[in-house]
Amino acid sequence: MANIKGAVVVNKERCKGCDLCVAACPCQVLALQPTEVNDKGYHYAFMQNPDACIGCASCGLVCPDGCITVYKVKL
Amino acid sequence: MDINEIIKPENMVYTKPRLMNDNPMHYCPGCSHGVVHKLIAEVIDEMGIEEETIGIAPVGCAVFAYNYLDIDWIEAAHGRAPAIASAVKRLNPKKMVFTYQGDGDLAAIGTAETIHACNRGENIAIIFINNGIYGMTGGQMAPTTLEGMKTSTCPYGRNVALNGYPLRIAELVERVDGTCYVTRQSVHTPASIRKAKKAIRLAFENAMAGKGTSLVEIVSTCNSGWKMSPVKANKWMEENMFAKYPMGDLKNV
Amino acid sequence: MKEEIKLMKGNEAIAHAAIRYGADGYFGYPITPQSEVMETLMEEMPWETTGMVVLQAESEVAAINMVYGGACCGKAVMTSSSSPGVSLKQEGISYLAGSELPCLIVNVMRGGPGLGTIQPSQADYFQATKGGGHGDYHLITLAPASVQEMADFVALGFDLAFKYRNPAIILADGVIGQMMEKVVLPPFRKRRTEEEIRAQNPWATLGKPKDRKRNVITSLELDPAIMEQNNIRFQATYKRISENEIRFEEINCENADYLIVAFGSMSRICQKTIELAAEEGIKVGLLRPITLWPFPSEAIAKHAVHVKGILSAELNAGQMVEDVRLAVNGKVKVEHFGRLGGIVPTPDEVLNALKEKLM
Repeated sequence: MANIKGAVVVNKERCKGCDLCVAACPCQVLALQPTEVNDKGYHYAFMQNPDACIGCASCGLVCPDGCITVYKVKL
Repeated sequence: MDINEIIKPENMVYTKPRLMNDNPMHYCPGCSHGVVHKLIAEVIDEMGIEEETIGIAPVGCAVFAYNYLDIDWIEAAHGRAPAIASAVKRLNPKKMVFTYQGDGDLAAIGTAETIHACNRGENIAIIFINNGIYGMTGGQMAPTTLEGMKTSTCPYGRNVALNGYPLRIAELVERVDGTCYVTRQSVHTPASIRKAKKAIRLAFENAMAGKGTSLVEIVSTCNSGWKMSPVKANKWMEENMFAKYPMGDLKNV
Repeated sequence: MKEEIKLMKGNEAIAHAAIRYGADGYFGYPITPQSEVMETLMEEMPWETTGMVVLQAESEVAAINMVYGGACCGKAVMTSSSSPGVSLKQEGISYLAGSELPCLIVNVMRGGPGLGTIQPSQADYFQATKGGGHGDYHLITLAPASVQEMADFVALGFDLAFKYRNPAIILADGVIGQMMEKVVLPPFRKRRTEEEIRAQNPWATLGKPKDRKRNVITSLELDPAIMEQNNIRFQATYKRISENEIRFEEINCENADYLIVAFGSMSRICQKTIELAAEEGIKVGLLRPITLWPFPSEAIAKHAVHVKGILSAELNAGQMVEDVRLAVNGKVKVEHFGRLGGIVPTPDEVLNALKEKLM
């Protein structure tokens, strides 16, 4: 998988911090903000470990609120 | 590689469906409804039928479904969506007509409308969200609430002597001659979401092809009503709901 | 087109008039004394000629919700039933009114309450004219007194419903539904095409083209400020209907000493009553409301100044009499005469009641 590189962009204001993307990620890329919250008061998701992302889009699929856009390149 | 070199339009592999608008959804964090909404939006878009599609929204948590998908919508009285859809489809036979209903709406107050729409073989798709509880009104017992499961109107757990048994609608309408496709799916993992999308697509194709009624049951979570985190609710669903409501196609003719 | 004079029941006339109007759909459930409406439609098979959809639903509740679905699409859709069935339809009727949708409902009234009787009655006057279901709303209520009016009011009801985006109801009774009379059926009109509906009813949910926002038909609004505005808009519509659509018929009212107010089959009986009265030298006029809502209050009030008394004759225990009293506002004595439970009185009985109560 080393020749694939992905990235996740979270619409942080739309995110409700449900944690489902964090649980779905096979590479432990995502986490919820430990302290920071969005305007709604949610600890939104972010890429804690961006280098591990393979662009599999599991996070995007499970996100109920459509907050996640996923990008992927083949190196 | 710099992340900004990856985040380019040509590299995008997943995003919010085009037909889902930017209105913030009123659903609780982690609610299954949002995932199913996305799948419907994707299917309509991929089939190229957005100008021909009419959705019938229920009473229940999904009452505001019409705020999130950019298609024409009709809001139904509680449980009456299949009757409304029957008329809309018969009066507009070339349109795509689907209902989106929860377990209280479809399996309690609207049981008659559901079974008779299925029995007439109406060329509609019924999307049935079964999370075993009334979410909108605050977590009361549904016809699909599991035996022993606690809700605000069975606070000591569903007791069959008092409340009867969990109702398996998919098994009921599978026996009805007008249905062409009855399936039970979930949307709690990437793999199950991909399968559920295929099921919704087939249901929509059946409706457009005039093959009869399709019912796609999505066994779902209501983490607020179940009083669990979304992640724990998914696990609880796998361990408890799936035994009573097993996954897979019941009928595909 | 050449006039076609036929002999038929009021219920049958409704069915033929609906096909000829170019109605798009009928959704019903059998109940006496109006089952001939759907029976006639099924026999005529309009889906093969005009393309009209006819469907026997699983219940009155489903039937009215099918009407709601059709109405959302801007289609000319209707249902018919009788009293117990119309009670079941009240949920859907309230939603139709709350969503500002046009449709036609027919109630061929029978005696109640409960399962009651299958004989004629006018006991659903309150239900039809005061709304019927939950919330503040009105139905445009047409009261036919002949088989001809059963046929004519289909077009009138649909036209008014579409003009004001409000449900209309034909409030007939078992006599009008079941009796046979000659009737001139209206000429055939073409059903509207989808393009015509989209142009005339841009709110219709027929699928969202790219050049407009999505159409959503709902009666739900959680913001009380907006919900109040919605209700104010409904009330403005009711005011416009009240100002423009009151219909009534007057017979010998001008120089009358007494006035009978009666609608539907009861007005037919009272036509004979005023003749009997004239033979005895008593000058009695008959005012027949054709629209029960909006009610011809001003027309009745006009006579309050010259008559000695008004009799509201009804097949019920006293419902329209309340509107008559409101109309005259104490200016003259108003009494009620009614028979109940499916009994239809004779013209003599009405005359005797008038003498007893007013002379």
